[in-house]
Amino acid sequence: MEREMMLTRQGWADALKELGRQDPRVVVLDADLAKSTLTCQFKDEFPDRFFDMGIAEQNMINVAGGMSLTGLIPFVSTYGVFVSGRAWEQIRTSICYGQLNVKFGGAHGGISVGPDGATHQALEEITIMRVLPNMKVIVPADYYETYKAVMAMKEMEGPVYIRFGREKVPTVTTKDTPFEIGKAYSVREGTDVSIIACGVMVAEALDAAEFLQSKGVSAEVINMHTIKPLDQETILKSAQKTGCVVTAEEHQKAGGMGSAVMEVLAQNHPVPVEMVGIDDTFGESGKPSELMEKYGITSKEIIEQALKVIIRKKNKN
Amino acid sequence: MTYPIKLTDKDLLLKAIRMRRDIVEMVHAAGSGHPGGSLSSVELLITLYNEFLKHDPQNTKWEDRDRMIFCKCHITPAIYSILSRTGYFPPEDLLTFRKLGSDLQGHPSRFHPHGMEMSGGSLGQNMSIATGVALGLKTQGKQNRVYGLTSEGDLQEGQSWEAIMSAAHFRLDNLTVMVDYNKLQIDGHVEDVMGVHPLDEKFKSFNWHVLIIDGHAITQVKEALAKAQTLKERPTAIIAHTIKGKGISFMENDAGWHGKAPNDEDLKKALAELDEQEAKLSSLNPTP
Repeated sequence: MEREMMLTRQGWADALKELGRQDPRVVVLDADLAKSTLTCQFKDEFPDRFFDMGIAEQNMINVAGGMSLTGLIPFVSTYGVFVSGRAWEQIRTSICYGQLNVKFGGAHGGISVGPDGATHQALEEITIMRVLPNMKVIVPADYYETYKAVMAMKEMEGPVYIRFGREKVPTVTTKDTPFEIGKAYSVREGTDVSIIACGVMVAEALDAAEFLQSKGVSAEVINMHTIKPLDQETILKSAQKTGCVVTAEEHQKAGGMGSAVMEVLAQNHPVPVEMVGIDDTFGESGKPSELMEKYGITSKEIIEQALKVIIRKKNKN
Repeated sequence: MTYPIKLTDKDLLLKAIRMRRDIVEMVHAAGSGHPGGSLSSVELLITLYNEFLKHDPQNTKWEDRDRMIFCKCHITPAIYSILSRTGYFPPEDLLTFRKLGSDLQGHPSRFHPHGMEMSGGSLGQNMSIATGVALGLKTQGKQNRVYGLTSEGDLQEGQSWEAIMSAAHFRLDNLTVMVDYNKLQIDGHVEDVMGVHPLDEKFKSFNWHVLIIDGHAITQVKEALAKAQTLKERPTAIIAHTIKGKGISFMENDAGWHGKAPNDEDLKKALAELDEQEAKLSSLNPTP
């Protein structure tokens, strides 16, 4: 299916600019990556409220924390690997324990970062951010959802992490699709299997569902844009209807969105689950599409896992 | 009551003795805690909280208050004592230190007790917080001053130097950081563990103003804090040479008292020494 291709990081930048216009308390900090995360656009419009902190992420995050203590609302931006990984303990002890009102933008999430290679492909942020008390974690599917999520982040007191990517991704929502942090929704109704996806995998899941339909399989697709707080109700309602689940994320399987979904299912309504994601490995250089293919995070993989999990469900019954 | 206030040196010294009493009593009652670095910071905190920091213990959210950010947060006995003794909470609560359900956590939370501006305990992080507070206030055109208290242990963390670099970059002359330079850390002498010397040259080369004082000489602490308020364009580091365990003879200059609680006998001896210091001081005429 043809979908408009747009940058999620442009959604981040556009929302920051709009927030800058609406609220003088909004400030933006970056670590020498403003041209890449596109916070340079905020800088152009609000030079006095933009702070380039140089290549010193730990300091950047705690400086943002300090600024929040003076009533400002800092949005911090750099690549996901550095913001979530290098400064993890700063986020844990200063920001989350202190419940400081700092917003995190993790750019270049996922293997689709491409030629920069493994060091720059963030594949662990969902796991290491969602384990932190007081943290919220959002992985939007496209430009529009990123924009709406960033606007919503500002309204939510306390730390919030949002992940977005480098490449243009297919648009699966519209300007008018409702968005609420912590409220997942089905993008496509179905009865045989639930595909729960986040980020760019929502588009892959829709392609998979389309193909499955042609084979007589009715797949439900859920956009799980918020990993924390996780929408348990929507997960359970769908699993109760379909009886089996495939999770799909551009992220390590261990501890990610799929793990979060399985925690809910195992405790409340155990059904067969298969996961699509990165399988305990680092990425490498390559074109984004080549990497998605090689590391098994495509609609093709979702289709295979869906057929497999449906067989498991039937064998169980 | 609103601070700062003016006190005689004798009054400040009497307060210092009471603070040392609080410190040993709290750590003794808790059975754990950090007396050494608490005792070395006493004169710095007594002087700052009484005579320089603009604050009102009855109005902790006062917009115009100065901000104190502790970088060395393991010295909670000293922190809680100064907060309590300036009126943030009743001194009776001090002995709940480190107990289940107490506001007085082993390392502080920013939510309690009253008067804490920021949580802390993981070294290196709060130099950045202090920088952020100073930057945030300056960005909004506010006149409040920001103070920090660090240590050479805190300055072994690389992040502290990221913060020091950025505070100078943003010309944060509303920021003054005191270094409680007692030369000892858990594993021994700082210069044996991981040397930080020369601290003055380091701060200078990072474009800070540097003042060097004896951190137990009240007059020098006052002079340095007053001078720092007048220095422009750069933040100021007050490097205060101090003695770990200061004021309790058997704790002085002994790394073993970094994180050890005095037993009943130790406490008795410590309090007797402090009583003696107090008696001696009380017999003197008030200094101007």
